[in-house]
Amino acid sequence: MHFTLNGRTVTFEGSGARRLLDVLREDLGATGTKEGCGEGECGACSVLVDGEVVDSCLVAVGQVEGRDVVSVEGLALQDGTLSRLQQAFIEYGAAQCGICTPGMLLAAHVLLEGTRRPTDAQVREALAGNLCRCTGYTKIIEAVMSCGT
Amino acid sequence: MVSPSPIGQSVPRREGAAKVTGAARYTDDLVIPQAWYGKTVRSTVARGRIRSISLDSGFDWGRVVVVTADDIPGENVVHLIRDDQPVLAREGGEVRHKEEPILLLAAADRVTLDEAARHIRIEYDSAKPVFELDEATEVYSTIEISKGEVLEDLKDLKDVEVVERSFKVGLQEQLYIEPQGAIAIPEPGGAIRIIGSLQCPYYVHRALKRALKLTDAQAIVVQAETGGGFGGKEEYPSMVAIHAALLARKAGRPVRLIYDRHEDLAATTKRHPGVIRHRTAVKQDGTLLSQDIEIVLDGGGYCTLTPVVLSRAAIHAGGAYSCPNVRIRARAVATNTPPNGAFRGFGAPQSLFAAELMVEHVAERLGVSSVDLRRKWMLRLGDTTATGQVLTESVGSELVLDAALKAVSTFQPSNLPTVRRGRGLSLVLHGSGFTGSGEKKLGGTIGLEALADGTFRILTASTEIGQGTKTILCQLAADALGVEMDKVVLAPQDTSLVPDSGPTVASRTAMIVGRLVQEAAIEIKDRLKREKAPPPFRVQKSYIQPDSLRWDETTYKGDAYPIYAWACTIADVEVDMTTGEVRVTDLVTAVDCGKALHPVMAEGQIEGGSLQAVGWATIEEIKMKDGGYQNDRLATYLIPTALDAPRMRTILVENPYSRGPFGAKGIGELPMDGPAPAIIAAIHDATGVWLDEIPATPEKVLAACISR
Repeated sequence: MHFTLNGRTVTFEGSGARRLLDVLREDLGATGTKEGCGEGECGACSVLVDGEVVDSCLVAVGQVEGRDVVSVEGLALQDGTLSRLQQAFIEYGAAQCGICTPGMLLAAHVLLEGTRRPTDAQVREALAGNLCRCTGYTKIIEAVMSCGT
Repeated sequence: MVSPSPIGQSVPRREGAAKVTGAARYTDDLVIPQAWYGKTVRSTVARGRIRSISLDSGFDWGRVVVVTADDIPGENVVHLIRDDQPVLAREGGEVRHKEEPILLLAAADRVTLDEAARHIRIEYDSAKPVFELDEATEVYSTIEISKGEVLEDLKDLKDVEVVERSFKVGLQEQLYIEPQGAIAIPEPGGAIRIIGSLQCPYYVHRALKRALKLTDAQAIVVQAETGGGFGGKEEYPSMVAIHAALLARKAGRPVRLIYDRHEDLAATTKRHPGVIRHRTAVKQDGTLLSQDIEIVLDGGGYCTLTPVVLSRAAIHAGGAYSCPNVRIRARAVATNTPPNGAFRGFGAPQSLFAAELMVEHVAERLGVSSVDLRRKWMLRLGDTTATGQVLTESVGSELVLDAALKAVSTFQPSNLPTVRRGRGLSLVLHGSGFTGSGEKKLGGTIGLEALADGTFRILTASTEIGQGTKTILCQLAADALGVEMDKVVLAPQDTSLVPDSGPTVASRTAMIVGRLVQEAAIEIKDRLKREKAPPPFRVQKSYIQPDSLRWDETTYKGDAYPIYAWACTIADVEVDMTTGEVRVTDLVTAVDCGKALHPVMAEGQIEGGSLQAVGWATIEEIKMKDGGYQNDRLATYLIPTALDAPRMRTILVENPYSRGPFGAKGIGELPMDGPAPAIIAAIHDATGVWLDEIPATPEKVLAACISR
């Protein structure tokens, strides 16, 4: 089967029942996607499938056949420079231990794609599926709001 | 040319780019060729004796490595304070809690591993477990602190009010988002390399040496990028590392032992629950006469760090106040639950919760404002604490109280009939660094190298767990050396490369280790300039206790901490009177941090710690069943989300401490102390009911409102 990961077509030949999370991490070396609970509660494994945030621990790889998957490794610009959102996460102190950061970035990225100037309430709503234990969310919300245009 | 100082500047986090691109490598991200997967088989009973362990002969055990207590080459002990916790419970031996490790398995794939686990049969002779504090007979430790006279029969005194109250605090899980994990790799010469998610490389190093009978050089412990700790990765990683090492040794190949969330929640240490009773005597004019305090903490099945947690709980029990007569009696008891251990705040949040609510209760009895009462009672410069410590500098009690009151917005009552709003305040202090002679005994050491290419390398075992160690230590070195930040690098946290700088705990890293880095950098700069010493060379610095600090461990008298950080928290809540649900809407915190070396990171510590405390106070609940946790999944153990988090405002008050780098005091744990009592006071303000127990779940709030 085929799908695209961060703009590149990948071929996967194993069981379609395997978790997308495991295929990304173990077969494709995309270890930026993290496992926090394996039950869809924490959002550390968030990736984008056709532009929607999903918990990759709850998705069988067979379900993404022919679809477009984006992981944190796909967020930087083509030339490798950090995206505005990634820079804002560093500048505002939105990443502490960093384990929730990949999922958090992807959830925020989707929000900013659809909402140019999100409000505090919209940011909180968009990030509610991604748990962070370090920041108290304040600096993450500030970072995301700073990217509103 | 002198570079501008990075101190007080919120420079980019050292490992920030790696963390936002997914390049940062956490333990489970590491690809280790030929590694097998490990698994821990655990007790299903809370107390008893292991009658037999049997492996189903119908299963092909040739594909699996099995480790029991008989495979431990050294002592069957997880080295810490007391040698009571076995690495693995043995056949014929006792188990003291559910989820106690009994047997280890490793296999090439997870399917075989799970299958093997299903073919093991462990039989027990169960004994009657102890779960209740008042039924516990085994005591881990006791502490008594006394100051002045204990006024035994206060009720007979004229014009004296005596207020008595009892408080209860619950279990809490650290809930770092990266679960516990370690990879063990056998190396030539009988060495074992551990790569793991951990706070204290040398704790693991010592534990590994003892259980596996290794020399200093044979035990190599390396910290991988670590996805949160909060104390949960202080002592527990020693257990994980020893288990992984035993499997790797027997398998003759690397073994990955990575917990899933369920195992992590079910088996690892939690914040100590407990009961705190207060009896406070005041004059009618509000003068504080006497505090009589009793603390009982539940240590669980093994001792772990319980005596040290109890010590901090006891020392902080009187709160941020000056009282002439104090008696604090504290004890920690054994029960048959999984052991409790280190968690941000380390006993102080428990005892300060009670101390702060006592101020409220006394104020209510006297009919005065609790803010005015705090101002009357608070420790000020020159005052003496319960242990007899005279506060000679950097006492921020009034500064933070004033700063928080000034910053807070005008209170807006609710205009909805079913939703009530309330506001509450707390004032706390937190001892920065180790208690008493802790630092002196430890003598933490760092190294700093001037390298031939003109860069400098810091050698420390202090770990980055999100709080900013890597950035702050580099800021301090760059400042003292007068070089750009990019000229300073950090050696990996690898025990074969770096000296023992002590554990990354107790709000000590920036203040104690940072000061050593600063001293080393000053010496290097001096040698480069005056002696024209040619690099490469290395300077080492160890902590030296100032003579002015005196501490008597037997009497609990003296300077309990080198300095205290202070915080005032003001919480606004909304209580839904139909459901009992409490929403913390706003949190204003003023913190006396001495000096904010990196303001954004300092605020980050306060905000993150505060939200952890909001969770502890409101929604984080663990219910027990037969000695196990019922809330052992993230679907049932809830922590605050972005929707639950209050709007937070942090005011950093800089009130320098003479021995901290640029005046900095440790603040990592401080924010865990203040929010819970402020929230309970706010709930009272909103509803008129006092809760004496946290978490303030909807059930408890509704029950209290109905019974009023």
